[in-house]
Amino acid sequence: MFRYIARRLLLTVPLLVGISLVSFLMMHMAPGGPIGSGTDLNPKATAESRERLKAYYGLDQPLHVQYGRWLGRMATLDFGDSFSPDGRPVAEKIKERIPITLTINLLSMGLIFLVAIPVGVYSAVRKGSFFDRISTVAVFTGFAIPTFWLALLAMILFGVKLGWLPISGISSLDYDTLGTLGKIVDRGRHLVLPVLLAGFGGLAGMSRYMRSNMLEVIRQDYVATARAKGVPERTVVFRHAMRNALLPVITILGLSVPDLLGGSVIFETIFAIPGMGQLFYQGVMSRDYPLIMGILTIGAFLTLLGNLLADVGYALADPRIRQGS
Amino acid sequence: MNLSPRRAALSSIVLLLLLVACSGGKKESAGKGAVVSDVPAYGDAIVEGSIGDVSGFLTAVTTDASSHEAAGYVFNGLVRYDKDLKLEGELAESWEISPDGKRITFHLRKGVRWHDGAPFTSDDVMFTYGRMIDPRTPTAYGEDFRQVKRASAPAPDTFVVEYARPFAPALASWGMHVLPKHLLEKYPDISKSPLNKKPLGTGPYRFVEWKTGEKVVFDANPDYFEGKPYVSRVITRVIPDQATMFLELKSGGVDIMTLTPPQYVRQTETAEFRKSFNRYKYTASGYTYLGFRLSHPFFGDKRVRQAIAYAADKKALIDGVLLGLGQEATGPYKPGTWAYNPNVRRYPHDPARAKALLSEAGWKEKDGVLVKDGQPFEFTVLTNAGNDARAKTAAILQQNLADVGIRIKIRTVEWAAFINEFIDKRKFDAVILGWNITPDPDQFDIWHSSKTGPKELNHVGFANAEVDRLLDEGRSTFDLEKRKKAYFRIQEILADEQPYVFLYVPEALPVVHNRFRGIVPAPAGITYNFIKWYVPAALQKHHIQP
Repeated sequence: MFRYIARRLLLTVPLLVGISLVSFLMMHMAPGGPIGSGTDLNPKATAESRERLKAYYGLDQPLHVQYGRWLGRMATLDFGDSFSPDGRPVAEKIKERIPITLTINLLSMGLIFLVAIPVGVYSAVRKGSFFDRISTVAVFTGFAIPTFWLALLAMILFGVKLGWLPISGISSLDYDTLGTLGKIVDRGRHLVLPVLLAGFGGLAGMSRYMRSNMLEVIRQDYVATARAKGVPERTVVFRHAMRNALLPVITILGLSVPDLLGGSVIFETIFAIPGMGQLFYQGVMSRDYPLIMGILTIGAFLTLLGNLLADVGYALADPRIRQGS
Repeated sequence: MNLSPRRAALSSIVLLLLLVACSGGKKESAGKGAVVSDVPAYGDAIVEGSIGDVSGFLTAVTTDASSHEAAGYVFNGLVRYDKDLKLEGELAESWEISPDGKRITFHLRKGVRWHDGAPFTSDDVMFTYGRMIDPRTPTAYGEDFRQVKRASAPAPDTFVVEYARPFAPALASWGMHVLPKHLLEKYPDISKSPLNKKPLGTGPYRFVEWKTGEKVVFDANPDYFEGKPYVSRVITRVIPDQATMFLELKSGGVDIMTLTPPQYVRQTETAEFRKSFNRYKYTASGYTYLGFRLSHPFFGDKRVRQAIAYAADKKALIDGVLLGLGQEATGPYKPGTWAYNPNVRRYPHDPARAKALLSEAGWKEKDGVLVKDGQPFEFTVLTNAGNDARAKTAAILQQNLADVGIRIKIRTVEWAAFINEFIDKRKFDAVILGWNITPDPDQFDIWHSSKTGPKELNHVGFANAEVDRLLDEGRSTFDLEKRKKAYFRIQEILADEQPYVFLYVPEALPVVHNRFRGIVPAPAGITYNFIKWYVPAALQKHHIQP
């Protein structure tokens, strides 16, 4: 097992290099460049100042040299400095966005699992029932409604009309003057709407997945056997069927690892949340190459890591696979 | 999302202008307010909504509007534009221009101190100049300063610059924020200095904190050389979505923002809204145009361009795109400013006259489409994606031109591709774009025939010997009357030639919570006298401990 994990980990290195190379090339193929946002259609910017800026950011070098430099820095885990005017290290910019993105994603993912699994199981067990139909409509409504629109409606209701919740942002203006408890409450109030809405939009996938897994498992012979033995229905559903139906969820959990640090641009824009989605979007729009590469590399690494975790987790949970390897 | 192209468009055009410039400002009465003693008082905080985050505080190295606005609280330049968009002294008390127009002597204010208490002197100005021309400074604004032949600081309160030839826009370039030498000296690259994140200047507000992507906070500078600002704290909140920002405004989370025309016309007319907010309206500093690639075989003929100008229904454009909140553009200057010439040829909506001109130019109608030499009059109008106003403009023009037998196709392209693949390579028939209007009327870069190279701004390829000469004349004298004459004539020629069909100048539509008093709209907008805004003691909402 450990040799297997070690081999997989080693394999990620060439994979990461390959992914970064493709990303790097694609990024440079996109029209425009980092200096464009400040100099395009700017009468004050002359050809000379453009050349100076290019040289300043090392963009006057051939592509392979630029990539080589980036790779060399990455080897020492240095993400480089952002091309945005603040010139701050990319690692620092990403680091300050992680807590809020991670919090929202963990909470909404937790909410999704908490709601979707019981809904899925119950819908499967009572297939075709009133609950099954209602929950199907509900989760698909959540999936189909444009989040930004629903978010605005929720803001109008809870923020403007009722005044129960803050509309946007992640903390109140007097946040720094609050005590510890006050701070927690304040953060919580700001998180209610984003987390609920993100969760609502994600319910469909998980609950339908759980439902179909469960339906499949319930048809299996061992469930019939358990029932025939006279095992109580509750035990049949939770011990025999659900545990097996949950196995594929491990894969989903693994595949969700990169999502933990990925933010939704639209969502963060609507709620004015300074998260990873906005950071990446702004990076792309201003062609901030080091920032784009930094986020893409982290995303690629987390994806590979998530796959590995899913495989290992599956092996640990399912004896059939463990014996096979 | 459509924010970025719009922001790119904003930031791409000269941003030396910090205030929303405007003219003929009008305030709409707030109805009957409660009777409060309207006496200026110190205190309270104002929360501004901003769609973009700050990218840095040193304006030498930033180009976006949000950064320049934020930095304006902390830093000063030697000169600035006053409420009528005329240059006045800021850190410079006065200046003299030598008779030959080549030397400017600035007399600096005495007794000004940096926020850390260090005195401000001509050494700081000298240092700033040095950094502007230093290749290690990643600035897009170095060019104006490279025109300087010699700069010197003969006394702590005197700064002298000499130019090779008289250059009128040079004076405005000294509105560049002056940097503190004693704090920046040790950083060869100022963009990497801590001051770019935690600024320290001479301005009316002192920097408190910057939470990236969230907010920036400033506190009033009690020692400001023009007096302590009344409003004790300024908080700029980053809210990237206009609709969210408007909800924040209504629920009290934001005190000042800019409205969109639909918000102005349809969402702020309620009595409840008017009870708490004052809306303002004044001419914005920008215009939208339809520009032709003049080397295109269709557009070489002046009569064709004039015909399109007659065919374009500007009233319908203003009503449809801006919901009536704008005015017809007649040239590249802002109505109501000294350089604006109101008496130029105008093109009222007149399809019959358009048809007559086109037929004169050899275009004959066949099955509803104009044809010449077997070629139908069809072309593509290009504009950048994500700009709703421009897309609507294109759609209305499409209808207008169809009425006279011209078919246009509309194509929208993402900003960077639009600039790099189409504008810079001159691969377009016609474009819908906009320019910001700077207070200084020098537009050499946009109209001079030498500025048609790659990345240069005369992308339509306009060439007119008289305009070339007048542009040169206008920028090489400080004499306002002479300049005015040159720019008036330029506008006459442009109006006749129609290298662009000048379409409209929109209105700027700020809204401010009505507890803020002392706001006096002027051609320069409303924020030029921000330090004089106040909230009467009884109405103060936030209690700020100084």
